[in-house]
Amino acid sequence: MFGNYITIPHLLIFIPLIAGLLNFFIKSEAGAKLWSLLAAFATLGISILSLVYSKNNDLSGLTFNYEWLKFIGASFSVSLDGVGRLLTLLTAVSFPLIFIATYKNSYKNPASFYGLMLLAQAGLMGVFLASDALLFYFFWELALIPVYFLCSIWGGEKRIQATFKFFIYTFAGSLLMLIGIIYTYLQTAATPFSDHSFAITAFHSVLVSPAQQNWLFWLFFIAFAIKMPVFPFHTWQPDTYEQSPTAVTMLLSGVMVKMGLFGLIRWLLPMFPQAVMKFDTIVIILSITGVIYASLIAIKQDDLKRFAAYSSIAHIGLMCAAIFTTKTIALEGVMIQMFSHGINIIGLWIVIELIERNLGVRKISQLGGIAHKAPVLTIMLVVIALANIALPLTNAFVGEFMMFSGLFQYNIWITVFAGLSIILAAVYTLNMIQKVFYGEANTLTATIKEISLNEKLVLGLIVVMIFFAGVYPQPFFDLTKNTVSTLLTRFK
Amino acid sequence: MNNVLQIVWLIPVLPLIGFLINGLGRKNLSKTFSGFIGSGVILVSFILSCWVFIQVKNGNTHVAHYYDFINTLSLKIGMDFQIDQLSSLFLLIITGVGFLIHVYSTSYMHDEEPKDFAKYFAYLNLFIFSMLLLVMGGNFIIMFIGWEGVGLCSYLLIGFWFKNNNYNDAAKKAFIMNRIGDLGFLLAVFWLIAKTNTTDFHQIFSLVADTQKNPLSTFDITGITLLLFVGATGKSAQIPLYTWLPDAMAGPTPVSALIHAATMVTAGIYMIARSNILFSMAPFTQSVIAVIGLATAILAATIALKQNDIKKVLAYSTVSQLGYMFLGLGVGAYTGAVFHVMTHAFFKALLFLGAGSVIHAMGGEQDMRNMGGLKKYMSITHITFLLGCLAIAGMPPFSGFFSKDEILGEAFKQNPLYWGIAVIGALMTAFYMFRLYAMTFLGKFRGTHEQEHHLHESPAAITFPLIVLAILAVVGGWVGIPEIFMHGGHRLEAFLEPVFAPSNDIVAKHHLEHSTEYMLMGISVGGALIALIYAWSKFSKYEKTTAEETGIGKILSNKWYVDELYDAVIVKPRQSVAAFLNNVVEKKGIDGFVNGIGKGVNYSSRQIRLLQSGQVGNYVLLMVIGILVLFIIQFFL
Repeated sequence: MFGNYITIPHLLIFIPLIAGLLNFFIKSEAGAKLWSLLAAFATLGISILSLVYSKNNDLSGLTFNYEWLKFIGASFSVSLDGVGRLLTLLTAVSFPLIFIATYKNSYKNPASFYGLMLLAQAGLMGVFLASDALLFYFFWELALIPVYFLCSIWGGEKRIQATFKFFIYTFAGSLLMLIGIIYTYLQTAATPFSDHSFAITAFHSVLVSPAQQNWLFWLFFIAFAIKMPVFPFHTWQPDTYEQSPTAVTMLLSGVMVKMGLFGLIRWLLPMFPQAVMKFDTIVIILSITGVIYASLIAIKQDDLKRFAAYSSIAHIGLMCAAIFTTKTIALEGVMIQMFSHGINIIGLWIVIELIERNLGVRKISQLGGIAHKAPVLTIMLVVIALANIALPLTNAFVGEFMMFSGLFQYNIWITVFAGLSIILAAVYTLNMIQKVFYGEANTLTATIKEISLNEKLVLGLIVVMIFFAGVYPQPFFDLTKNTVSTLLTRFK
Repeated sequence: MNNVLQIVWLIPVLPLIGFLINGLGRKNLSKTFSGFIGSGVILVSFILSCWVFIQVKNGNTHVAHYYDFINTLSLKIGMDFQIDQLSSLFLLIITGVGFLIHVYSTSYMHDEEPKDFAKYFAYLNLFIFSMLLLVMGGNFIIMFIGWEGVGLCSYLLIGFWFKNNNYNDAAKKAFIMNRIGDLGFLLAVFWLIAKTNTTDFHQIFSLVADTQKNPLSTFDITGITLLLFVGATGKSAQIPLYTWLPDAMAGPTPVSALIHAATMVTAGIYMIARSNILFSMAPFTQSVIAVIGLATAILAATIALKQNDIKKVLAYSTVSQLGYMFLGLGVGAYTGAVFHVMTHAFFKALLFLGAGSVIHAMGGEQDMRNMGGLKKYMSITHITFLLGCLAIAGMPPFSGFFSKDEILGEAFKQNPLYWGIAVIGALMTAFYMFRLYAMTFLGKFRGTHEQEHHLHESPAAITFPLIVLAILAVVGGWVGIPEIFMHGGHRLEAFLEPVFAPSNDIVAKHHLEHSTEYMLMGISVGGALIALIYAWSKFSKYEKTTAEETGIGKILSNKWYVDELYDAVIVKPRQSVAAFLNNVVEKKGIDGFVNGIGKGVNYSSRQIRLLQSGQVGNYVLLMVIGILVLFIIQFFL
């Protein structure tokens, strides 16, 4: 009987969960680091296994269902479909990268730091795996709570303010979602054991009137919109990214923002298709406004972390808009882009982290001429930056191309407006490269050292992933093909 | 299927391998090895291209499908290479002229450190790779990969000396202007996908050629072609996106030769020639192209009249010559435009490399006012440069004469006014080129004694490419001798016939009387000759003056103040909008609103927080353990 509990979805959740809890008891710093790195690699191994294991039965996915709180119709049920595998893979890939890139950083109370990081990973995995609304909500919170502590204890000078803002925003979102979940739950059909059900199938087939859909839609949407974030719910993000320790920022921007996008795809769109069709234009216009708005603001940022935050807001906004076009080509683009964005933004953070660790500053105006002393770092950054602006043959091109293509089929003029971001992205990215890496070195930047071997390795790995997905993106499409077609049957 | 067409993938992959070797090994490679690898891979690509060209000439064309780049429910895009008459001709130009530029660079860049030298060749190879991808792509996406790739490489090479921030600005400008054009290109592709669900050249062109099945309305085709043309104005430096090209002179001189002759700027011409059927079906777009091309040709020519930097004159002459090519495309003279791309590649590469040789000898000096009399110091550079000037001025029987004459003739058939304006541009071309020639090579030397002492002819690695290109600049036009001189003399037209046949079916061909043709030719050649002699006699006696330019001269030397205009109308407003959004809307507006709410909550929370103490980690730990216990109870009970 125990064999049934040790399956891929379970392992993905329980390895980080148990390893994270054990981590709190590890006394030495080196031990905590090593332990969490091992756990992260174990999770990665399982995740890779999930790709191989279920190649042939993609349709069914990996679904496991255990009764839990039977009397209210909730169960501990997890499943791994295409998009689930994609995002658990992203989560599993991100953590080793984050741990290795920040291996040299030392934190006070490392046992708690790494323990919380792994708990957040377990929460993320749960979010991407849950096929029960209550479980989804539980993991959603499990992913967020460690992050509050990570920011507020290990963050920068203004960490309390930033965390507070982050907390208020996401707490408000979670509350709205909880109300939405409970209300929807009360509308679901009865099961043999309970009056209602939290199962995803029950939620997807829930019967709610268009009028109810109209406000339920916004309860869920705002929760997800804050998480992504979509304009104008975004102002927590630059502050939080700026104040968090970089490892946490990587976690937030690389993986956690995908919770919002995933929530749309897995829950919101299938639950309320009519409301989605009704509010699509509003959401798309908000998202695209955010894309241009954030791109323009990114030009003016002096802090590299805020720069990356606004650039990320612009990219996420496009993905949100693409989802709401409900066009096949756009959804296919979103799938690959969710993964690519995670890899690229983590790469960008690693470069920022290396500069800050090396020089003690991350203000663009205080930097310059780094390319002389650290050519390898520069080359890596340039590749990552070019991926960030979706140059062909890098991973972001295909996704962005397909999302824009879908947006074009939705509305030409919105696409033309959104297309300005293609130009603006080049403006802010090249400005940043020029001011930070080119030109003459100043007295500070002349002291920068070339990156070490393991840093080269991590960045090299990211560069390899960038080119692999850029030259041969097909595996990503194969992985998520069924998710897209199943989802869109509701919109035909 | 012939074997050689199956290994066409090697043609772009070889430069890519060269890029990787030089890029990854730049710290350990000697300059000799870097130069050898960099040039060697291009030479092999060139040999393969020749072979492919012969196959194509024998009638073997081929589309190779390597793997599915994108294969989804909604879209199918293959990694496809298309080998036909048009692409094989471009392959020859790119790898042939490209190879000569590589050889030239081994000497020109010799003062660089070994690692920079290797980096330079790596970029150069990547440039060739991108350009090859662009012309070989069998659909708009593969073409676009190369299209953006050349933009990137020009960025990297213009900013090659990255310590100088002016160069970085020029590099950035090139990339961003190109991106503006790229947006147009992308929108056109989205439009095509929305209507035809494919980006494949063969499929799209055969769809639209079939009047029964054509899914594109005239409005669609006009919109798509206009957007594609926007893309072309960026890459091929036409109004309004031409200002990056003269600034691109910041890069090393051989790079200018590469950008202006063999790669990059010809991309727009190639793309339109490739999609000729679409453009032929959109007469409105064609008129726009002809007018923009003509306007660019004239505008750039007027600016070139007053430039004193030897490279700047050549840069504006490129913009102007590209204008002629677009005029050709606009009036449906696709063969003429491609012909001019080819001859222009020969003489413009020659002129740039010649200018590089001069700059090299002058110790980096680029101002023609400080040159003069170089004829007696560097005879090979001088003779080859003179041949290049004669070719670009359109003197028979040099190459430029044939290609330019063909475009002018076709323009006349379309609209005599086009022809009239184009001829004025041609006169200016002859004038500014011979102004350049006379100021540089004739008269007395006006530089410093130190420079004079240093003057010398360049080494063989520089003069060899000059000689080869000079020969091509002289004889290159003989593949396209007009019908009135020699029956069946236009072998290029016959060769390219299959590519342009669909358009030729649509566009009605007028024929000119032979007497009219002779007269038109006489006027343009005669006029250019007069301009040439006038410039020669005037500027061979040039004396340095300190007098400021006045009136129209001042406007011309300041390039019609277009950069200042763009700065005031686009760059500055964009910056103020960004600043406004950042300082007012974001900080005071949205964030201010949120913080206002936050402050209220903050106050009450401060009171509550007093209740808490101790380690947060423990709280979380307890919480999670509690939940876990709940799980376990549920599982096992």
